[in-house]
Parts: sequence; structure tokens; C-alpha cells
Amino acid sequence: MTNSLKSTRKATSFVASRRKFVLGTAAVGSGLALGFTLPTYAWAEGATPPLKTPDEVDVWVVVKPDDTCVIRFVRSEMGQGTRTGLAQLVAEELECDWSKVTTQAPTAGQNIARNRVWGSMATGGSRGVRESQDYVRRGGAVARMMLLQAAGDLWKVPVAELSVNKGVITHTKTNKKISYGKVADAAAKLNPPDAKSITLKKPQDWKIAGTSVHKLDTADKVNGKKVFAIDLKLPNMLCAAIKQCPVFGGKVVSYDESKIKSMRGVKGVVKVNDATVAVVADTWWRAKNALENLPIDWDLGPNAKVSSSTISSALSEGLEAQGDFWQRKNGDAPAAITSAAKKVEAIYTSTFVAHCTMEPMNCVVKVGADSAFAWVPTQNAEASLAALSEASGVPLGKCDVQTMDLGGGLGRRGGTQDFVHQAVAIAKNFPDTPIKLVWSREEDMTHDYYRPISKAKMSAGLDDKGNLVALSVRVSGQSINAYLAPSAIKNNKDTRQLQGFYAEPGDAQLGYTVPNLLTEYVMRNTHVPVGPWRGVNTNQNGIYMECFIEECAKAAGRDSLEFRRAIMSQHPKHLAVLDAVAKKGDWGKPLPPGMHRGIAQFMGYGSYSAATAEVSVSASGEVKVHRMVFALNSGHFVNPSQVKAQIEGSVAMALSSVFNEDITIENGQVKEQNFTTYPLARLKNIPKVECVLVPSYDFWGGVGEPTICVVGPAVINAIFAATGKLQRELPLRKHGLTLI
Amino acid sequence: MELNVNGVAYSVDVEPDMPLLWAIREVVGLTGTKYGCGVAQCGACSLQLNGELVRSCSIPVSAAAGQKITTIEGISKDTSHAVQKAWLALDIPQCGYCQSGQIMAAVALLKRVPKPSDADIDAAMSNICRCGTYQRIRDGIHVAAGQKKLDDVLKAYANSNATGV
Repeated sequence: MTNSLKSTRKATSFVASRRKFVLGTAAVGSGLALGFTLPTYAWAEGATPPLKTPDEVDVWVVVKPDDTCVIRFVRSEMGQGTRTGLAQLVAEELECDWSKVTTQAPTAGQNIARNRVWGSMATGGSRGVRESQDYVRRGGAVARMMLLQAAGDLWKVPVAELSVNKGVITHTKTNKKISYGKVADAAAKLNPPDAKSITLKKPQDWKIAGTSVHKLDTADKVNGKKVFAIDLKLPNMLCAAIKQCPVFGGKVVSYDESKIKSMRGVKGVVKVNDATVAVVADTWWRAKNALENLPIDWDLGPNAKVSSSTISSALSEGLEAQGDFWQRKNGDAPAAITSAAKKVEAIYTSTFVAHCTMEPMNCVVKVGADSAFAWVPTQNAEASLAALSEASGVPLGKCDVQTMDLGGGLGRRGGTQDFVHQAVAIAKNFPDTPIKLVWSREEDMTHDYYRPISKAKMSAGLDDKGNLVALSVRVSGQSINAYLAPSAIKNNKDTRQLQGFYAEPGDAQLGYTVPNLLTEYVMRNTHVPVGPWRGVNTNQNGIYMECFIEECAKAAGRDSLEFRRAIMSQHPKHLAVLDAVAKKGDWGKPLPPGMHRGIAQFMGYGSYSAATAEVSVSASGEVKVHRMVFALNSGHFVNPSQVKAQIEGSVAMALSSVFNEDITIENGQVKEQNFTTYPLARLKNIPKVECVLVPSYDFWGGVGEPTICVVGPAVINAIFAATGKLQRELPLRKHGLTLI
Repeated sequence: MELNVNGVAYSVDVEPDMPLLWAIREVVGLTGTKYGCGVAQCGACSLQLNGELVRSCSIPVSAAAGQKITTIEGISKDTSHAVQKAWLALDIPQCGYCQSGQIMAAVALLKRVPKPSDADIDAAMSNICRCGTYQRIRDGIHVAAGQKKLDDVLKAYANSNATGV
């Protein structure tokens, strides 16, 4: 067990000597771990020009003569709907015709060249909408005011006499009309008003935001025309396949190029870094085929004897270890548990799980003598840009990155940028030639940054009336920050691993008040790379807490909902979603014979979630999840249909991981290579999902991740109701239960 | 050898053991058909061979030579197939990567069973979608089959049941 930080696999780090500003604020909390800085610089000749067009009303809005409104956005789109959601917010303040909206994605270089006028490009931690909503709405409002001013100037009338509807300006006194497209040029020449002083519309007055408009990018996804990075075809492009040392921390010793040199289409073999070999060919299949025939000798390194069982033992040791591990301490939980009328104790375990984005890791890179460009399916184009410059040695001002829409992100394509580093290392051997690096599914599955493994020891004390008087939580497991962002660990306390148990409101607060409470995290790192996976640590922690609370309720002989409500009076927002889901989910109402219900609530990404699940369990352990109901308060909702789509998506990913997914380690390497041994949930496994959205309009929370953490506990608690046994070890498939 | 893809004949000079998927993506140049696993598990590479649904990552191109191949690009000229129209109307795709395969599987199902039950859909739709669009795929098949009204489904999606505060 080592606290391994191999240079080829750690987060991008880029240090520039000139004036710096720190990018990647998402490193705070649960987002993508980044620790790089980029310089400001004068725009370099020969690089991508800054995106500033004469028809740009402000940086967010371009209005074409035909009234098309081009709305710019720099967050990444991976199916979560952020492109459309942000465009809705701009359009709402702009008062344009939604049917004439298109979007445009500036490059990372363009953003930097304009002093990051579009803000952060990082797209993780469910931040895409909530952390840009304010400035994009102001951007839309500024553009509207400038367009109105231009019309007022044209007609020589005060702006106060103008109104606008769907991009058509009307002079109310004379009923003269003019469309945005006719005044856009004049508007673009005006000085913008102060964005900060603008009063934004109230959600009650929204006409475009808050409605379930269709996504702007669906059409090409149903006819095969959508171009993902993996689909790019550029003149003279070559393709690369890679093989990384099967054991993390191992190295390439040698390989015999002569064995594949004459194979059709092969252009060369590249040692990408200490642990990686690539074959370059005219097509990817030929590169991959040749790579499979390339003899490679590996030095498996110091981790070749690590296995899932040695990791498990280390985590178990962490559950008992002595030391200063506490993060929250109210009262004296251990003493209160010892003296309690009733004591409840349980140990839970979870495993490594893989992202499995359906589009495997890939990117296209072209490196010239004094310029470099990359097309990257990235959750953070600025991190990709830093990686491109660092790995190529080309100055930042001569590098640029175009974000490609991602075939799934799920946290894998954020801070690490390992695939960009690799592609650049290969491309440097083929000057001025675009190189498309594509990982095979096997590479993707065996060289992921996995959701970290952990165990939890949960202890509670109940008084003689069955009230929860003491709760102790100890999590022992691997740390994402230790692997990707060590500087995020302050005072030796890695709070991120206890996501969901926080005292502080606003992000991932525990919704219960317990007079004696102790939370502890014991860091037990492995050599396996770890990283954020949709929902990050709320996945495991949600199960630990909400299943254990269920065990406590059972021990107390009390109803699951009532037991929770009794300790939630100081957390009205948590309680409100729990009550909402209980109502919509028919809590307490009879079910048909053989059907059983479970409930759970938890918080992550600034939003409050609760769920009920209805399941049946056959004698042979086949579990059917028939219906799930969710309540979500993310403060505001920009597109209810897309919010529901995210909730539905979280159900599939959570059920898949809870029942099926298990990355195991044997001889230091990941055993599961493909979906044959790492089965994902399929359509037949998915229940009917219903949602109740309960916005309180006093904050902005995330949507993509929050609900994933309540799926598992609601279902496991329902299985508990069905069988009388609470399943404490994941995945359930390895403990006699099959999701059907 | 000759490949007949979407009614167009392509003369391709490829190794006979190249998987059909890669011949179509990298040699013919149609990229709507996706690589997901290479072992016929995920269905992203689904297409029709002589009208039958197949997973093209696991069929050598030589086995498809001279036969009728239909890819996502060929199921309609203008996105007018009932399945595509339902997918658009219900805004089903999220990231969209697996959706070519999902649509090809749905097209094949409806050809075989014009009015599929939920059990038929469960059995036929084994493609993986990591975004989790499964519920909407089921709705989309029912809409394409004329078994559910589009407006009813859309109303349910848009209805937030928002209680407000």
C-alpha cells in the first residue's frame, strides 16, 4: 500500500513565470481536482485569434441580420443539458425568440486571450448552471439593454418607451417595430451598461427558463451526424492505440518493434511515457491490432502483489486504528453509545467502480514546430490547454483546445487529462500530423480513476424510548484528494471523503441532529488511481448513513419516516424533500403482496434529495425495482424535463453500481476488462421513475449528481423490508441478490 | 471487396478480418455507428445486415461483403423514420453516443413486433446507455408504435409537480 503519485497519472500541473491567475476553482469541494495556473498574456501572432466579432453585442450574444441569436457558452456538454440550460437563462434576459437560438463554444485559448471573460470552463461537481447562472443572465440582460438602446437611438425616442417580445422591439406610442437583427450592428458599438447593477427577472416571471424546451443539440444525435472527437477525420490524420502497464506503478522495460513493423498501415511505435507504449497506424483498428501483437516486457513494480483482499484488510485495520481522525465531534458519542439503552453497530463496505463512459478516452492532437491544437472531449478545456502546452513544450499562447461534446463524462474527463498528455507525447513524433488517440474499452476499464473504495463502521445508541442519542461514523478508505489534489487537504483532515456528513449548510450537510455525534475519516490509500465519479463520495456515504439509520429505526421498533423526522426538525429543507417524497411515494399506504418499500434522504452538490423505492425479492434473490419516486430541491429549475432526465439517469447509474459493479484487484492489476465481467444496468433493470420538484427559490443547487446518493439506500432499505436482512456489502450481486 | 452500405456500393481494400464496424467507420467513413466495447456487449455498433440487427464490432468485414448493410445514416433520408421522430419529439438522447445503436435496435424491434409490450422491449433492448435514458427509450418505442400519445408523455416530462414555497 503506497500513497502513489506517479508522474504520468497525476493531475495537470502547469506553472508559469508571468502574472498568474488560478484556474479550476472547482478544486474546492467535490469537483474536479486541479492545481494549475495559467498566465495572462498578450495575444501571440499565429495562434487562434481571440473570439471577438463585430456583430457581438456582448461576449455572450451575437445577433445575426436574420435575427438568429448565437449564445456562447464555455461549459462542456456531456448529455447533462448544460448547453441548453445556460442558453435558456441568457435568452430569458435577452428576450429573444427561442426558436432562433443557436450556440457557439469558444475555445480555451479564446477564453484565456480575453482574460477569461466567459468564466470557468470546468464542468463538474454539478456546477455548470448553478455557478454560471448569475453572470450569464446578466450577459443576456446587458445585450437586451444595448439592443433597446440602439433602437431608441435609431428612432430618437427614450428607451423607456420601448418594449420587446421575442426579439422584436416595439415603440409603444407609435407601434413601430424592429427586430434585433436590424439593430445588432449599432448595438454592438455602444458602451455596455454596468452588468452588476441590473435587476434580474424573478423566476415567477420567466418565460423560457423554467420551461421544458427541447435540447438544442438533439437532432444530430438521432441520425448519425453528431461528430464526437472519436469520429474526427482530419487530412493526413493517423491513429494511435495505447497499452499501459497492467499494474499501476509498473514500467515498460522493452518491446520488439520488429514483430509488427511490416504489418499493414503501421507507421511506428512510440514509448509514450515510463509506463505506456503506443502503436500509430493509418487506421485505429490496425493500430490496435498491431499493438496486440507487439511483445512488451513490463517491470510490474512494487504493487504486483496487491490484491482486493490485501486492500480489504488494510481498510478493516483503519476501522480499528487509534489516532486523531475526527472531523465532527458533538458531545461524547462513544461514551453515550456505551451507556445507551440499546446499541446498534454495523460495518459497511463498498468497492472501486469504473466510469465506463460509452465513448472511451480519446482526443485528437496536432503538434507543429511552434503551435499545438487539440480537439478534446473534456470536462475542463482549460485543463486540457495546460496539459497540451506542458506536454508539447509549445508556449501557451500558441496552443489551443476545442472542446468536443463528450460521449459521457461522469467525472472521468476533468482534472486528470492523462489522455491529452499521452496524445501529445505521440504527436511530437509526427510533426504537423493530427494524431487521434483512442483507448480500447479494455484500457479504459483497467486504467480509470476509480470511485474510491471504503468501509464504514457505524455505531449508534438509542434511549429507552428508541430515540437516537448518539451516532458514530468512521470511514476508512482511499482519498481522492490525496491522489489528485493533496493541497486540498487542510490540517491533515480530508473532509471530502466525508461528503454528506458536513455540519455546514449549503453543500452536503447531514440532515440529522444527534446530541452525541462523532464523524471520523481514516485515510487508507492504495496504488489504484481514484477520482470523482458522478456523485463522488455521496454514493457510498449516502448508503452508509441512510441504511444505518434504517437499521436504527428497526432496532427502535419505529417507522422509517417517523424515526427520521424526529431528528430533522433543525433541517427544514432536508425535511421538506423527505415529506414531499413520502407523500408522492405513498409512504405508509399498503402495497400489493410481495412488494416492499424503502425510503432515504441525503444531500450533495448544494441540493436536497429524497427517494422511495418499491421492490419485490424472489426466493432465489432476484430483485425487481418496480417504482422509484424522487423529491429534489435544487433551489431553482431551469428545465424541468431535463432535471427529470438527470434524475432518471442517476437511477440507472446508481442501480448499476449498487447491484453489479465491482473493480477487483489481482496481482496489482484490475481484473475486469470489459462489460462481460463488469456488467452495467440495462433497460429491463430500470424502474418507473417519478419526480416531484420542490424548488424553494432561495439558492441555486446542482442537478446532475444530487439524486444518485439516495437511489441505493432507498432500494437497499426496501430489500431490508422485504427480507429482514440489511445488505451491508456492495455490490449486491456478489451477495446473492440479482437485479432483474 | 465490395460493401453495399445504405444503397451505395463501396469498393474497399481491407483485411478480411477487419471488423465490419471499423471498415464502416474508418474506410467507408460513416461514423454514426459507434465503438463501445468491441465484444458485442454494449450494442453501440448495431446495424442491419440483410435486414437483421447485428453488432458490427464482432463480425468480420468479409462476412458482410456484397450484402445489404444499413447503418443509422441509412434508415431514413431526412430523419423521418418513426423511431427517429419519436426520439426527437421526446428529446431522448443525453450524451447521444449510444443512441445510434439504440435507434437501430428499436427499429429492428418494431419491424419484428409492431406493437411491442414492455416485456418485448425489455427483451429486445439490451444496448447499454450509461447516461440512463432507458425510461425515455421505452416511452419512445411506445410512441413510435402508436401505443402512447406523444402529448401525454411530454406532459408528464414537463409536469414538475412543483409545490413551490
